[in-house]
Amino acid sequence: MTTTTPPQREDQLLPARPGWPDEAGHFGVFGGRFVPEALIAALDELTEAYEAMRVDPAFLEEFARLQRDYTGRPSPITEVPRFAAHAGGARVLLKREDLNHTGSHKINNVLGQALLTKRIGKTRVIAETGAGQHGVATATAAALMGLSCTVYMGEEDTRRQALNVARMRLLGAEVIPVTTGSRTLKDAINEAFRDWVTNVETTNYVFGTVAGPHPFPAMVRDFQRVIGDEARAQVLEREGRLPDAVLACVGGGSNAIGIFTAFVPDEGVRLVGLEAGGDGVDTGRHAATITGGSPGVLHGARSFLLQDDNGQTIESHSISAGLDYPGVGPEHSYLHSIGRAEYRPVTDAEAMEAFALLCRTEGIIPAIESAHALAGAMTLGEELVARGAGGRGGEPPLLLVSLSGRGDKDVETASRWFGLGDREDVDPGPGLDTDQQPTEGAISNDEAVAGQDAGETS
Amino acid sequence: MSLLADRIAAARAEGRSALVAYLPVGYPDVEASIAAMVAAVEGGADVVEVGVPYSDPGMDGPVIQQAVDVAVRAGVGLRDALRAVEAVAAAGAVPVVMSYWNPVERYGVERFATDLAAAGGAGAITPDLIPEEAGEWLAAAERADLDRVFLVAPSSTDARLVSTTAACRGFVYAASTMGVTGTRATVSDAAEQLVARTRAAAPDLAVCVGLGVSDADQAAEVAAFADGVIVGSAFVRTLLDGRGADGVRALAAELAEGVRRRAGAPA
Repeated sequence: MTTTTPPQREDQLLPARPGWPDEAGHFGVFGGRFVPEALIAALDELTEAYEAMRVDPAFLEEFARLQRDYTGRPSPITEVPRFAAHAGGARVLLKREDLNHTGSHKINNVLGQALLTKRIGKTRVIAETGAGQHGVATATAAALMGLSCTVYMGEEDTRRQALNVARMRLLGAEVIPVTTGSRTLKDAINEAFRDWVTNVETTNYVFGTVAGPHPFPAMVRDFQRVIGDEARAQVLEREGRLPDAVLACVGGGSNAIGIFTAFVPDEGVRLVGLEAGGDGVDTGRHAATITGGSPGVLHGARSFLLQDDNGQTIESHSISAGLDYPGVGPEHSYLHSIGRAEYRPVTDAEAMEAFALLCRTEGIIPAIESAHALAGAMTLGEELVARGAGGRGGEPPLLLVSLSGRGDKDVETASRWFGLGDREDVDPGPGLDTDQQPTEGAISNDEAVAGQDAGETS
Repeated sequence: MSLLADRIAAARAEGRSALVAYLPVGYPDVEASIAAMVAAVEGGADVVEVGVPYSDPGMDGPVIQQAVDVAVRAGVGLRDALRAVEAVAAAGAVPVVMSYWNPVERYGVERFATDLAAAGGAGAITPDLIPEEAGEWLAAAERADLDRVFLVAPSSTDARLVSTTAACRGFVYAASTMGVTGTRATVSDAAEQLVARTRAAAPDLAVCVGLGVSDADQAAEVAAFADGVIVGSAFVRTLLDGRGADGVRALAAELAEGVRRRAGAPA
């Protein structure tokens, strides 16, 4: 153990479960259950079984064993000084969920829900997936525990994320491309609910994020909070103090809730969620639900969503399939409404610039989702340093960023964005584009190279 | 006064079940959908469920999704549904709005209740709103003297059947099969069992059965044990197949004959 004295709450290795939601799943005015009556019995069954399971020592032991031996927890934190040079001089620590088995934080949740599925005696799981990470994680847990698995994925996303489709099929899952609506994550969720209401006697719905009807937001939070519980202890041990801010990307918001939860009682720690700004919130082509949306009901809960005057869900847009969702978990809407967390948009271009930067400065290829959080750290770091805020006793501000997933699945998208691999038709986006002024300091050695030359000239 | 309860009671006084037809406003367009609803009334529908288009109809099967998708993309919304309500009332049937919750919440719950009552609507069926979440709607409906129809399902516990029916006025919607909307070859035994359990929970509330009925024989089968027979996808299928208002009128007439057969009589 460190010999330094952590300034606050050092005795509290596992902070308490938050005081929300209430018994019916309400986070203030958000959350609840807005589902057909036919699903209420299944949701009640899940709630009851989960409440019993989460305090059952046998479950806790099994869950801890799987997290340690299968997922590879605890995930490390990594300081990234070469990247942080572009964050105004702030220090940046990454929580490395990308190093988990299956390559993202999604495995944390599915192992818990798969154990719950077995506990309630069901033999089949279904899941929705956007980027494919939750689908891969669910297929993985199903293979591990001998469950039949069907994954719904928007047809558009099966094209964007073909690698993950192949991974799911290798793992023995059935992948059903969804061709209704906008053919993305929101429609995959609709189809999964339709499957569930039809097959509820044999089937459990392994929901992938902190959205949906009660108990999913609270249950998924509980399974994901290990991210923040670990990170808080790791930062305290290493630095002797808490970070000044914790940053995470927010689509549905499970990695963000996962890393935020332990820090919610730490009032001095800013919690910053980075939403997908797509082409820019003012263009209307984005997925920044809290920044650009309004309260309403979608997918079983009241929360912020993107909607038109008729209450129809508006299709979202993001380069990142995992953030391309017009809703957000109700706890985020609540944290926003009480001012405990702040939510900011990050455009595709800003995210891809941060993506390239982390690759080139630290040798870590992040998921494009996570790159939104990295971009947020670059901006926040500059703000804090410019204001002289954050750092205590003259120290630079300390930023903790959830690196929620690795970027293998995004290599094709990134190659297209940066114009790699096709010299005849190069239209590189920002980040590696010589025609565009990079964000100040983005390529510190002034050797920004067009994508097609990357790796050859430097 | 409950418009729905009165109409269903009137049908019962004739020794038959009520025929409840669902059609979404806006397919193939607003005017044609209203014409189809009026045709359903002419064919013999006692009640018309005026469906409000919604982008994420989680309880609906492919047939209704396909039609509603067209309406959503055309920007059809609650305002158009209220016009349809007026037309159905003028045609002599009882209109009831069928809407997922977000379009109502977006329109404004109080405003919705006021405008629906002014349009002559009986009330609303809310497939993704359970009574526990319906406080604002129940208050608004009470104030505007509107019916509120919630759903029960085969998976509902006896305790929930009691609490849900207690929140209903007009009738309770028995979603008879576990699954999404769509026609089925057979009416499952689950429907009759659910109706019996629901009656035990609320002896004075009418029970209408939906999900799966597509022809006169099935209508007669359900009419033998339910106060009302709800038909949706079969009407929508008629429109998708291009048979228009005439097709809807003919189907309504066939189903109206079905709900008038004596229980157990041969088809």
